[in-house]
Amino acid sequence: MTHIELRGVQKWFGAVQVIKDLNLTIEDGEFIVMLGQSGCGKTTTLRAIAGLETIDEGDILIDGKPVQHLKCSARDIAMVFQSFSLYPHMTVYENIAFPLRATGMGKSGIDEAVRAIAKVLRITELLDRRPSALSGGDMQRVAIGRALVRHPKAMLMDEPIGALDAKLREEMRAEIKRLHVKQGSTTIYVTHDQVEAMSLADRIVIMHEGVLQQVGAPEEVYQQPQNLFVAQFVGSPVMNVSPAIVRSEGADVSVAIDAAVPGFAFPPELLGKLNGHAGSGALKLGIRPEAVLVSRQPQPGYVPVVAHIIEPLGSHDIVDLKVGAEILRARTPSGFVPKAGEAVHARVDPAQAHFFDTSSGKSLGVRL
Amino acid sequence: MAAVQTTSERALNRIAIVGVLIATIIFLAPIYWIVSTSFKPRNLATTIPPTVLFEPEISPFVKLVLRRSQLREQPTPEEYAAAPWWERLVFDGGEKVVRDGQGNVQLSGYPSRFVNSLIVAIVSTVLAVGMGTITAYGFSRFKVKGEQDWLFFILSTRMLPPVVVAIPMFLMYRVVGLNDTHLGLIILYTAFNLSFSVWLMKGFIDEIPKEYEEAALVDGYTRMEAFFKVVLPEAATGIAATAVFCFITAWNEYAFALIMTRRTAQTAPPFIPSQVGSGLPDWTVIASGTFLFLLPVAIFTFLLRNHLLRGMSFGAIRK
Repeated sequence: MTHIELRGVQKWFGAVQVIKDLNLTIEDGEFIVMLGQSGCGKTTTLRAIAGLETIDEGDILIDGKPVQHLKCSARDIAMVFQSFSLYPHMTVYENIAFPLRATGMGKSGIDEAVRAIAKVLRITELLDRRPSALSGGDMQRVAIGRALVRHPKAMLMDEPIGALDAKLREEMRAEIKRLHVKQGSTTIYVTHDQVEAMSLADRIVIMHEGVLQQVGAPEEVYQQPQNLFVAQFVGSPVMNVSPAIVRSEGADVSVAIDAAVPGFAFPPELLGKLNGHAGSGALKLGIRPEAVLVSRQPQPGYVPVVAHIIEPLGSHDIVDLKVGAEILRARTPSGFVPKAGEAVHARVDPAQAHFFDTSSGKSLGVRL
Repeated sequence: MAAVQTTSERALNRIAIVGVLIATIIFLAPIYWIVSTSFKPRNLATTIPPTVLFEPEISPFVKLVLRRSQLREQPTPEEYAAAPWWERLVFDGGEKVVRDGQGNVQLSGYPSRFVNSLIVAIVSTVLAVGMGTITAYGFSRFKVKGEQDWLFFILSTRMLPPVVVAIPMFLMYRVVGLNDTHLGLIILYTAFNLSFSVWLMKGFIDEIPKEYEEAALVDGYTRMEAFFKVVLPEAATGIAATAVFCFITAWNEYAFALIMTRRTAQTAPPFIPSQVGSGLPDWTVIASGTFLFLLPVAIFTFLLRNHLLRGMSFGAIRK
């Protein structure tokens, strides 16, 4: 059972605060992905848990015991580095055996453990090689093997597949998932790639400028972003965010993203849920491209727009629609809008619309 | 490089090869001169033009290690016949081997000077490289207050030519009784090489990615263990290169050795030229002494050549 808790963690590099009052609880066997841009403090947090970085304030608890004053070697945590950091003067076998040697384990015990983990990772035939003779994917397998071999309390991974090419990255992503399911070790994984985060995580932790933005299951983070940063960071293509002008004429409620064009139809209960924010003008509408519906024929509730740029992606197209002066990106079936400049009609799905307060960036939590 | 060379490229290539050959011949000529002279009979050593073809002799080396004196009278045929082969070589040169009261053969000053050189150079190299590596590691991996100033200060100890500090050092050494001792020379050479060793090793250790040690720390080792098990093997190339340079400096040092030592701790460099002045110089003996003196550096460098040539880390870190 491993339970990791961060309580009020603060960290400065000189005058720059890189971690701001971070509170996080990680349950046993959980796969946590820390997601954020470079410099957001995610790697520093990971290194602080490992003991490679000291913290200025707060507590790091492993199984309820504060460890922030302990050395790395006393924390029983394993780490996989982005650079893999395989010792070049040792063979693959020696690399994997290295952490076991630190524990003073006997020769036969080490041999058994190394061969067992090599079998799981399918690198048995590489054991006698030097790291320099390995491919990127195999290096990464060895690095993971070295981390897993002594059954650490937790496994930390710092962009472990960031250095691989796209195809291999996809392959290794699946492999990491398979290993986690098989070994069930508590894992904290750092990445800036939201696809990796979505596909691997039990829960995603999103950080920005040292501040934790949101913690939640991948679908929760995707469907209910708590603020503009999360909304725009998670999901590809990026969520459309534009100023929202709420209009109500009698029973009809609409939301326009440009004052000069008609608004998109919304159910009347929107007004109540916006809770007074409607008139303020300080409101933003966030809408994911798949929630923008496009029609070639005029239909009730649809607004005439012009297709501006079309990006064909094979399985689907991303179409930039010009709505007044604003651009709304829509996801359409492949070839649905034949060419740029075409006049089409669009509406937004109110059930997938997000409203944010412009000044704070916070979501108003409107669900329709 | 193009797979197919044009005619002009080929011509340039040939000219370059010829140029390199000429340069090599010029650079190696003095070494050839010394080596060939050390195997020449005495009467051929100073002929003009130089003798190129001759029957090599080992007598200069025999004379080098033995204490000799001029023969006043020729040995009797019985004496000559009874003498071992090396003594006969000395007789042939018109000299005899000096023996003490018990009839033991006396050695010349060279073997003990050679041993002194070995002791002083090896010990000071080990000390300078060892201390330099640890210091460089500290500067490379930890935040040291005023790091740049310290590094400059360390380097500045090398800015004065040895001759400038030789006299004050001599006086200080006389007071503390370090004159003409091995320890005195070892301390001097270690101090002199340390700044160089720190700077060179810092460059090498900076090149070793920090992640190796961090991986070792996370793998359950202390920083000390990580240093010995991960950093040192990775720095082997740098250590070898630094050791070669320190060894060469200590081995060849002349000025301090000349001033600070007389007999007990005198090294080979001040000894060899001192032989030129004693009587009619036997150039073959001096050449053989010089030739033997060249060997340890050549052997040391040869043994470490793989380390010197090998790249720093070979691709286990992806950048």
